[in-house]
Amino acid sequence: MTPLLQVKDIAKTYGARIGCTAVSFDLYPGEVMGIVGESGSGKSTLLNCLAGHLEPDAGQVLFDTRSAGMQDTVTMSEPERRMLSRTDWAFVHQHARDGLRMNVSAGGNVGERLMAVGARHYGEIRSQAIDWLDRVEIHETRIDDRPTAFSGGMQQRLQIARNLVTGPRLVFMDEPTGGLDVSVQARLLDLLRGLVRKMGLSAIIVTHDLAVVRLLADRLMVMKDGHVVETGLTDQVLDDPQHAYTQLLVSSVLQV
Amino acid sequence: MTHLYTTPEAEMNAYNFAYLDEQTKRMIRRAILKGLAIPGYQVPFASREMPMPYGWGTGGVQVSAAVLMPEDTLKVIDQGADDTTNAVSIRKFFEKTAGIATTEQTTKASVIQTRHRIPEAALSEGQILVYQVPIPEPLRFLEPSEVETRKMHSLEEYGLMHVKLYEDISRHGAIATAYAYPVKVEERYVMDPSPIPKFDNPKMEMAAIQLFGAGREQRIYAIPPYTQVVSLDFDDFPFEASKADHACDLCGADDSYLDEVIMDDKGTRMFVCSDTDYCAARRHAGHVGAQGIPEKESVI
Repeated sequence: MTPLLQVKDIAKTYGARIGCTAVSFDLYPGEVMGIVGESGSGKSTLLNCLAGHLEPDAGQVLFDTRSAGMQDTVTMSEPERRMLSRTDWAFVHQHARDGLRMNVSAGGNVGERLMAVGARHYGEIRSQAIDWLDRVEIHETRIDDRPTAFSGGMQQRLQIARNLVTGPRLVFMDEPTGGLDVSVQARLLDLLRGLVRKMGLSAIIVTHDLAVVRLLADRLMVMKDGHVVETGLTDQVLDDPQHAYTQLLVSSVLQV
Repeated sequence: MTHLYTTPEAEMNAYNFAYLDEQTKRMIRRAILKGLAIPGYQVPFASREMPMPYGWGTGGVQVSAAVLMPEDTLKVIDQGADDTTNAVSIRKFFEKTAGIATTEQTTKASVIQTRHRIPEAALSEGQILVYQVPIPEPLRFLEPSEVETRKMHSLEEYGLMHVKLYEDISRHGAIATAYAYPVKVEERYVMDPSPIPKFDNPKMEMAAIQLFGAGREQRIYAIPPYTQVVSLDFDDFPFEASKADHACDLCGADDSYLDEVIMDDKGTRMFVCSDTDYCAARRHAGHVGAQGIPEKESVI
């Protein structure tokens, strides 16, 4: 099986400070990869480099495109990369406000990606929007409401619907459960797990919440000070951490 | 001021022909030519201060000044009318600074500056229609960043424009955008046709040259003659050039764009052609609307 995404020696520095350095990994279709680490460990920098929001200083990000096979997304032309980011890729922001158009109705938010790839039939766009709102447990009657009228959890679910409507193959998630209370978090995680498994999505999830990766991720990468300090299967890393920092991280989780 | 005692002639000579200096005209003409070469593309230009406030047609005036020749005949309309403030003052401005002939007749004008309307009479080759544009960027109210909208134009990412139309239908059951209705020019650039009613959109495929000037926003764009201009829509909600379902009460025309005039505080209203020249010409030819009186009697 060929990997969906191959990351080779990605490095990004901010002046003399290291954002992330020497990160390499393969992601296979249907696999969910978790990236954990404390604040400032470079996990968001890495994610933004992978998703094309930041230009890495070195390294390659190879993606298995539908048309031309493995392509380096760092060197590909901007139109191609932007096309990729609204068809095969999805990006779920930590703050739903960053990923949604707050002055456009829920239906319009979900429909935007469809219209961006050429859908021009109002009825079909709307029925797909309704279908997706239903999948993320937002009632159909809320379709014409703006996201400003939604709760934080609903906004996050709407953002997920908006991203998945074009059937992407790779989803980048930056702290998808950040800022939500625990019961809402649990429902969102449940929903995400269901969608990822049902659609066979590959995903890269950046979080500092070990419970999130325990539930969602197949594999785990632990970062500290811009370096990857440990990788492995999620259970393996969490239950038998080898690196001192990972041990600290695992032991820091509060038990109720 | 150096010369306090000037004759009217000397005062005239203080102005260059059509107010702007030749270097400025050259710069504007260059932007116009570029605009014509890339139909629908917004060309930045170094807009000058004009002796009128922004929003009063500073862009249109600069474009007109750059294309006017001494032998031109100018017509200026505001919402279709030749006799409203904006039209009268701009016409006077060019009468004074260019000394050119002016007219109210669409067919006799070689340059027509317009605010918010396209004349009813079909324009012909050799005529130039200059639009005053308040906001040239059709994506502005959806995407506030100029950097981003420019990128969207260059990469032809126009999905967002349909989001606006989608919102219209979801809220009003139909595309409620009635003016400044977005168009796609020659299958490439999405363009704001300035706030003309969507009734005028189909007329944009015309024989005359169309130039658009936005003074405050410093943009010029253009549509060459016989260029394809398509109004955006959905397959199941096609574009419709709508107007008030009425005939002109003065001249009886049922094919022209109408203004609704409130007559009193009891809800009486009257519909009249917004194009005053078109209406007057029809009445002159003997057409009379429901509330009109024959022209001969109306002359006191």
